[in-house]
Amino acid sequence: MRTTRKPGRRAGIAQRTGRATIILVACAFLCLFLVLPLASVFVEAFRQGVHVFLQSLDDPDAMAAVRLTLLVAAITVPLNVIFGIAAAWAMTRFRFRGKALLGALIDLPLSVSPVVSGLLYVLMFGAQGWFGPWLAAHGIKIIFALPGLVLATIFITLPYVARELIPLMQSQGSEEEEVARVLGASGLQTFFRVTLPNIRWALIYGVLLCNARAMGEFGAVSVVSGHIRGLTTTMPLEVEMRYNEYNYVGAFAIASLLALLALVTLAVKSALEWRYHGDMDMSADRRH
Amino acid sequence: MRRQVLPGFGLSLGFTLLYLGLVVLLPLAALGWKASDIGIAGVLRLFTSPRTLAALKLSFGGALIAACINVVIGLLVTWVLVRYRFPGRRILDALIDLPFALPTAVAGIALTAIYAPNGWLGRWLVPLGIQVAYAPPGVLLAMVFVGFPFVVRTLQPVLQSLERDVEDAAESLGATGPQTFLRVVLPMLVPSLLTGFALALARAVGEYGSVIFIAGNIPMRSEIAPLLIVQRLEEFDYGTAAALGVVMLAFSLVLLILVAAVQRWTRRWAEHPA
Repeated sequence: MRTTRKPGRRAGIAQRTGRATIILVACAFLCLFLVLPLASVFVEAFRQGVHVFLQSLDDPDAMAAVRLTLLVAAITVPLNVIFGIAAAWAMTRFRFRGKALLGALIDLPLSVSPVVSGLLYVLMFGAQGWFGPWLAAHGIKIIFALPGLVLATIFITLPYVARELIPLMQSQGSEEEEVARVLGASGLQTFFRVTLPNIRWALIYGVLLCNARAMGEFGAVSVVSGHIRGLTTTMPLEVEMRYNEYNYVGAFAIASLLALLALVTLAVKSALEWRYHGDMDMSADRRH
Repeated sequence: MRRQVLPGFGLSLGFTLLYLGLVVLLPLAALGWKASDIGIAGVLRLFTSPRTLAALKLSFGGALIAACINVVIGLLVTWVLVRYRFPGRRILDALIDLPFALPTAVAGIALTAIYAPNGWLGRWLVPLGIQVAYAPPGVLLAMVFVGFPFVVRTLQPVLQSLERDVEDAAESLGATGPQTFLRVVLPMLVPSLLTGFALALARAVGEYGSVIFIAGNIPMRSEIAPLLIVQRLEEFDYGTAAALGVVMLAFSLVLLILVAAVQRWTRRWAEHPA
């Protein structure tokens, strides 16, 4: 109770106008800075009408780009889910030396430039890379082909699932799992009946973020792709190629699909946070 | 120590290490190996070339300015989102993460479309002599955009958990609003502001997708360091690309260590306040 303070009427009014000004400034900034770019994607995509929009999507190269993007995500996300669960299990259920270092290593891809991430794989598998001559002799293509795209995307999205699970599993502790074991459950039974239900919302959250990044990644993928139309261009790369060819409506048409994906991701994310706030609280401070 | 009841230590740790080894450590080793290819002379030539220096200056300097801008705006926006209730607050809160969720190439072409000389804002700004697109301010704008959520999202939980009693106490003792904010609230937010600053900085330094469209990529003027790496790779000059990569990676590592240090310091401070 603020009974000790007796603001006069003038102070009250000043306070209220100050508050309204701050809110207005913040809202205006967010609209100008976030809403305007988002709106411009859709406006530019439909600039010449719905017909032209649909036409620029109904194109074998666009379809190939959509298929490739879905394929890369379909390979990358499950692998990083398995990694995330294994890493979280090891990090939160056991004690071992070097745990802090392992945690830092898991977070590392988040702060590496996407271009450098792609570069790493070119230096390994590119024509003059570490394994380049050997791969060429055996007729295996990694760079400028699907495996390179998948590897670069795995690197970029590696931390997303693990980062959601580790703080949650840390805070939940291992008592329930230990009880299950003592009562005779096997390791797998313990995992599927006790651990998985406890972490399911954080897991879905992690998959959502991992998937959004996997489908939208540009820098890393651009370095390893070689931009071969219809073969190694994912949707973001197709956006770039069309844009550079001055096919603006075509570029923004594909960009609008990606923007839609981003909006769906944000909506599901907010719904998850809102509904399962308790579960999420633990990981909230590490959420990026 | 009691015996481990839970199974899977060897399996989970083994898989984690194998995966990290193959996906992260081995490629990092390749980076070091290739960077040593160009030798001392090559490194000297690279880092005395005016074009390289201009690009590094733009990437690091621009990211530093962008992170500072993000700290100020992020603080204002977080304050409004946490402390005030107004219609549409939930939607704005959800929108904060847009720069995370929106693919960088999409953000890049959207920002360019708005600030280009014929764009929604560009057509008003360019006649005033303010050129954003295809100039250094455009690079800065894209860097602020991609780093923006980091400050808000590190600050938000801290501001939410802040006890209001302390502020009430300060005000009842006669402190004015600004005094309470500067002397009582702000010091408690400093660690999270620093963390957000470092994360936004790291993101902006390495940013590529959203910057290259709006930058115009004019050598010596609006060319960023990651673009130099891409150009060297296109010429199959792996050694030079790797050397540039090492510089950028080293910077990220220093920032990561800094963030970890700030977090450790905050934890200790929270447990044993001086």
